[in-house]
Amino acid sequence: MFTNFKRVFTFAMNDFGRNKGISIAAIFVLTITIMLMTSLFFFQGMAGYLTSQIQDKIDVTAYFKDGTQEKDILSVKDQIIKMSPSIKNVEYVSKDQALAIFNEKHKDNPILAKALQEVGENPFLPSLNITTNGDLAQYASVANILQTSDFSKLVDKVDFSQKKDTIEKVYSITSSIDTFGILLGIILIIVAILVVFNTIKLAIENSKEEIGTMRTVGASDWFIRGPFVIQGIIYGVVSFLICISISAISAYFLSSRVSAVLPGFDIFNYFLTNWLIFVLIQLCFGIGVGAISAFLVVKKHLEL
Amino acid sequence: MIKFNNVTKIYSPGTIVLQNISLEIKEGEFVSFVGKSGAGKTTLVRLIMGLEAPNYGEVYFEDINLNDASLSKIQKIRRRMGAVHQDYKLLPKKTVYENVAYIMQVEGKDDEEIAREVSKVLEVIGLKNKVDNFPDELSGGEQQRLAIARALVNQPDVIIADEPTGNLDPYNSYEVISLLQKMNQAGKTVILATHDREIINKLGKRVITIEDGKIVRDEAEGRFII
Repeated sequence: MFTNFKRVFTFAMNDFGRNKGISIAAIFVLTITIMLMTSLFFFQGMAGYLTSQIQDKIDVTAYFKDGTQEKDILSVKDQIIKMSPSIKNVEYVSKDQALAIFNEKHKDNPILAKALQEVGENPFLPSLNITTNGDLAQYASVANILQTSDFSKLVDKVDFSQKKDTIEKVYSITSSIDTFGILLGIILIIVAILVVFNTIKLAIENSKEEIGTMRTVGASDWFIRGPFVIQGIIYGVVSFLICISISAISAYFLSSRVSAVLPGFDIFNYFLTNWLIFVLIQLCFGIGVGAISAFLVVKKHLEL
Repeated sequence: MIKFNNVTKIYSPGTIVLQNISLEIKEGEFVSFVGKSGAGKTTLVRLIMGLEAPNYGEVYFEDINLNDASLSKIQKIRRRMGAVHQDYKLLPKKTVYENVAYIMQVEGKDDEEIAREVSKVLEVIGLKNKVDNFPDELSGGEQQRLAIARALVNQPDVIIADEPTGNLDPYNSYEVISLLQKMNQAGKTVILATHDREIINKLGKRVITIEDGKIVRDEAEGRFII
């Protein structure tokens, strides 16, 4: 058994070396395909980061009636946090903090500062800014509870309905990006598999006569098919090594450029954090498509 | 050893290649199939090797009906046959040595035995100094000899030679035929398909003449009569 395996492996290595043109063509196509898959994965990482950044900026703000005690507001805060695990953060902004934020934000606008002076007192209401991990329905549910339960006697207004359109739009965009990404991914994967399959098919078609001769001399199916399948695996492994090197080098050198477009996102760090997934995707795809294509094409010739 | 029982082979409607062929080849026999090109000689050879299935009738190797035999059984039977084809059927990406060794590797023989036997047969066949050459680096005659070396290396029970002298000059043709005779004298069954009149007339062995897919003569010490 071991001797046979050693022989099949030797045949594969010999054929790989003796058919340099075909081997290079197959590896080239497989490398392009794997790089395409890898780009999709990078794209997914960037889109995910962008989506989470946008979602982090969405909140529901509950403004409390003037004169509401701070301890009552903090008690509401505690109750909201306990309400659902999807509540990500509840931030309390006191009247004074609200004024300070306004002043800081409009320090270069003397008209607004003057208008505030004319009002005479701090016009801002204390508030709670609530962010969730969930979707639009969860924001609606939080807003609804604040307006209808025991909290309603303390709450002056909830600004969810004003933000609803924006929130809906953001979710619609992020959901479209997800759907588009998945669809594009599926289409590209199918195209990629077909391209690789056909390249390997062309490579093996070249050996059609040879397969026929091997059948004539009584070689078993495994003995005939083995070298081709192993060559498919070698194509996959070589392509993987090329792709993982290209991925690491490009992530390293593109890191600053990507950060300029997408502040806070470090593509090289993303690669390092997910290196195992990159290895698995590239290796499994390369070896899988290479070996399965070879297996199927030789099977067709063995049936003739 | 090999038996055809009312075998008919039709390639496409209206193209009947073999019609009601019944014959028996005994172990150790030297049988020649003769006939014009397209008479059905190669189809007979392919049926014996299990590379084609008859439309009607049965082909037996020993007691095994090749129509019903599993693929692994047919593969084992093919390993007991050494075939020389008119178009050589060499493995183009393997060297001379590897082409011959492949047959023994298929059988699972060990490397030492392979090295010994392959060297021996290449020496006999006169290709010892070409072991590292690829088939396309050999002349027609050398390719034919390589095909013969490959057919003989495994000491097969049956040697099937389909037009083995088709591309050879008279001297090389004589060499090939005398090699087949030697194998037959050593007890091997030899099946020769040819349309070379001179060779058949010199052999003085059993000759089966085929015309338009039918056996028209089967003589123990036959001559080439078409």
